[in-house]
Amino acid sequence: MPEVYHTVSSSVVCCAFNSDRSQLALCPNNEEVHIYVKKGASWSLSKVLKEHTEIINGIDWASESDKIVTCSSDRNAYVWKREGNDWKPTLVLLRMNRAATCVKWSPDENKFAVGCGAKLVSICYFEKENDWWVSKHIKKQINSTVLSVDWHPNNILLATGSCDFKCRIFSAYIKEIESKPSPTSWGSKMNFGACMHEFSNSGGGWVHSVSFSFDGKKVAWVGHDSSISVVDSERDNILLTVKSTYLPFASCTWISSNSIVSVGHDCVPYLFSIDGAGNLTFRDALDKKEKKQSENVFSALNKFRDLDRLGSTKSDRSNTSLNSIHQNAIKGVAIARGTKKDCAVFSTFGMDGKIIDWDLKSLEQSIAGLKIA
Amino acid sequence: MCLQNFSSQVIERHNKPEVEVGSSKELLLTPIIISRNEKERVLIESSINSIRVSIAVKQADEIEKILCHKFMRFMMLRAENFIILRRTPMQDYDISFLITNFHTEMMLKHKLVDFVIHFMEDIDKEISEMKLAVNARARICAEEFLKTF
Repeated sequence: MPEVYHTVSSSVVCCAFNSDRSQLALCPNNEEVHIYVKKGASWSLSKVLKEHTEIINGIDWASESDKIVTCSSDRNAYVWKREGNDWKPTLVLLRMNRAATCVKWSPDENKFAVGCGAKLVSICYFEKENDWWVSKHIKKQINSTVLSVDWHPNNILLATGSCDFKCRIFSAYIKEIESKPSPTSWGSKMNFGACMHEFSNSGGGWVHSVSFSFDGKKVAWVGHDSSISVVDSERDNILLTVKSTYLPFASCTWISSNSIVSVGHDCVPYLFSIDGAGNLTFRDALDKKEKKQSENVFSALNKFRDLDRLGSTKSDRSNTSLNSIHQNAIKGVAIARGTKKDCAVFSTFGMDGKIIDWDLKSLEQSIAGLKIA
Repeated sequence: MCLQNFSSQVIERHNKPEVEVGSSKELLLTPIIISRNEKERVLIESSINSIRVSIAVKQADEIEKILCHKFMRFMMLRAENFIILRRTPMQDYDISFLITNFHTEMMLKHKLVDFVIHFMEDIDKEISEMKLAVNARARICAEEFLKTF
């Protein structure tokens, strides 16, 4: 069953684990990064990294090279390097003049992408001669704030989701540090900053999150119209869209080659998958808590009073908790164990300060008829 | 009411309710008007990081109009105590609430919705009660006054 991994007193805006999940970096809705270390079954606060001056919007932990990158509304990004027991910050020259909204290491961890409010994406890489991180900008066609980025496994292509309702795939090939990329299913000509594709699910909403599949041949994104869309490059860029009846999603990730988990303002993770016929379908909600019985002896009285006051019996006035494990909007979902192809455990974090692990095996057992493939 | 933190993409280092600024069209959603009749209606405007709910209260006659005006003025002068209350109402409306992402982080979302609904229900009741009180008082005053003749 879902396990509440860790709870902090304030909202978790963003968080990242290190490679063996013994350490955790999170932003408690302010300008600090808190590093927690696992001690036995509990977590203890080991370090507070203070360098930013405004709220931090993105954290990513490079699992191999053990570096943390953070970006914030103060328009800066820092790369934190472990030195003994301490973390040493290095300022990244982002050259942007609006808030940085999201950050992600590339799979090879030699560069990272920062999305920002200045309608551009900054690709940052390390310049050995000068000993600092420099950036290159992708500006083409982006008409609004970039809300999310995700890397293709080949370390070159980058998917972005932005407030102009579009999902785009760019080439982030930096010839200074990389050899010429081989062609992919998304195209072969990959100059830096070239927009390979632009997708919209006709209407849509702000694209809150994008995710490449494990093999990089499919890309999924979620919009503010509670829709989830997938483009399959192997099937002629066919667009699959499901508009759900739930509240908008904030984040999504692939958990197998055909399944996507998306989370959002509904406080419950939902499972979508591509079925045998190649259609994207809604599968199930992954948090099915039994409805709580009201212990109040005056429940009949309450019922009629609520019926009178609110026109419904559902909202019990004295009961402030929601019928789900998360008690406020979920901000993000990340794979905890496994990869995007064979995820075993994924974790979610939200504005209620909870970080929750969801074991897919036990979920399959507890929800009848659920098979994740 | 699905809001998120969002820094301005127009002005450097600002974080303003987009529904108030309105400088980026793509960040606003289509406004909705829910109305019972011409007089009683609710306007809901939302954006990526804020939502504005404006309410027009039923005003059948002069007394109700005056009462409503005074009552709203009383509350809006104390807007900081109500947290989500906007200091001035939208044009053609009597009272406006401005809910930002900071409010939804701080407070329970479903309780905020409950509050606005509860407020709308009670405001009608309150004003009719006040109207009755005013009328009763006026009657007593008139009686006392006319006794002297």
